Amino acid sequence: MVDMSVSIGKLTLQNPVMPGSGTFAEGMAKVIDLNRLGAIVTKTITSDLREGNTPPRVAELRNSTLFSIGIPSKGPEHYLEELVPFYRNYTPPLVASISANTVEEFGELAARLSVPGVAAIEANISCPNLKKDGQAFGMDPQATEAVIKAMKRNTDLQVWAKLSPNVGSIAVIARAAEQGGADALVSSNAILAMAIDIESHQPKVANLMGGITGSATKPILLRMAYQAAQAVSIPVIGCGGIATAEDAIEYLLAGCTAVQVGTANFISTSAMPRVIDDLQAYCVRRGITRIRDLVGAMKVHEAKLLEARAGL
Amino acid sequence: MTNSVPIPLQPAPSTPASSCGGHCADFTIAENLCQVLSNEWVNAEYKHLVLKAPPIALAVLPGQFFHLNCPPSGNDVPYLRRPMSLYRVSPQDCTIEFLYKVQGAGTRGLATLEPGATLDAFGPVGQGFTLPPQARHVLVLARGVGLATMAPLAQHAVQRGARVTAILSARSPALVMSEQYLRSVGADVIVVHDQDGSSDIAHIEKLVRERHAQLPFDLLTTCGSNRFLLALQRLGQELDVPAQVALEQLMGCALGMCFACVRPFRKSPGSETMSYRRVCWDGPVFDAQETVTW
Repeated sequence: MVDMSVSIGKLTLQNPVMPGSGTFAEGMAKVIDLNRLGAIVTKTITSDLREGNTPPRVAELRNSTLFSIGIPSKGPEHYLEELVPFYRNYTPPLVASISANTVEEFGELAARLSVPGVAAIEANISCPNLKKDGQAFGMDPQATEAVIKAMKRNTDLQVWAKLSPNVGSIAVIARAAEQGGADALVSSNAILAMAIDIESHQPKVANLMGGITGSATKPILLRMAYQAAQAVSIPVIGCGGIATAEDAIEYLLAGCTAVQVGTANFISTSAMPRVIDDLQAYCVRRGITRIRDLVGAMKVHEAKLLEARAGL
Repeated sequence: MTNSVPIPLQPAPSTPASSCGGHCADFTIAENLCQVLSNEWVNAEYKHLVLKAPPIALAVLPGQFFHLNCPPSGNDVPYLRRPMSLYRVSPQDCTIEFLYKVQGAGTRGLATLEPGATLDAFGPVGQGFTLPPQARHVLVLARGVGLATMAPLAQHAVQRGARVTAILSARSPALVMSEQYLRSVGADVIVVHDQDGSSDIAHIEKLVRERHAQLPFDLLTTCGSNRFLLALQRLGQELDVPAQVALEQLMGCALGMCFACVRPFRKSPGSETMSYRRVCWDGPVFDAQETVTW
């Protein structure tokens, strides 16, 4: 019997697998048993009602996708009246994802969503698809710290910071979020990218730039999750190109306490249950009794140890 | 429209056998592992795929679709699934069928499937056609591959006691598909084509008015082309008959999650205010008067 549970601060998850924000919705309940998930993370909402970006919003790339959705939002009222009651029918903790135009609005929205039925709030400070050429709070350490502080002042719920990979040093941003009081980090959102159709001479998504997601991004985002985990002492939730248990195990070994499955949900609705089953099978095969023992268990090569000892 | 009900082709299937924590009854969509029975060319551009499918797939309603996990072929490695509207379902034979034009990475992959192969067909998904209660006469207007989307509606409307007038348009008489099939399910089929100019939109509208004068339509339906959509908007208003259009769009998830497949719609017929809706989840069949052309 494998103990699959992990802890994010005081929040215990029955297993480390949850959807990435924006890759999951109520429709999934018609396909899989949501009670199997470690947590449920909903699509980002804003205080205002938003339609989102101009279509086309998606282009297919090799082993990846370019999405430019732009956070269409039905606002907090819809969230509180429709989604919170809906997910109350299921046992996994509900994580609300929010975005806002200002630091103050992040705080206000966090307060508004602090209701029974919501376990944590993820701050999407990293959507690459808003205005200003993909600029985001998560690209600036002071703005990151200010957003998390404002949210922590306004809620007793856990606050998770979803980091942007579109930065020079993710460690700097990770430390800023921790300094602001974040209970956990999610590393990370989509990589800012673009693609052009050579026949129409138009960008493949109308918004010109979008976020590249999917399997092809895993080596880059695994590296960034590792760097984030190295930089802080709070839990890091790995995200980026995870489709299989093997992908998830890499993130755990790199120091992530849990993982988010994103684009893989679009390709196969059974991706998350399969990752959970296969993680368990891996632990059984390896004689691992607690999955949390894998967290940060990456071993360095012997030659690196020798180097350190011998001053090579 | 408000009094109308979705069209059941057969009773909902029994629940899957897997352990489900008490939510089994909610599972109406699945990654159906289907067996390819045949996958033949019907002309130089189109193939007809017949799959043996599990019960959840067989509950598909007219206008709903499947999101197919298309296999790689040559240099094509489709990453996302591809939406494909249903051509025919035969619950008694446990088969679902698709009619598709081989034109992109996904359909080139589909074209390689041999009998005996497995295809993962996710679905059924989407909001299909809504037949008014006691409908007596339904218009089906389609061109090319659009026919595939409309065939299950024609079949079902006939089964429900309605007369179906199907106007099939094509570049040439040789490219008219499914004329025989639609006749066999009891539709009154009119073939129009470009070679003799009978596919001209003014001529098609004239045909619709004539048929309407004989027996008033309760529902006008089409799919795909802007030209047909505009025609049905005009005819729907002129004849005061509801019109529905089935749309196609590039999709991410087909489950209402990613919001990639949106198109603009009028908030209500005639309204100048628009809102984006998901073709996969809010459609793919929409009220034609709320649908806007690009």
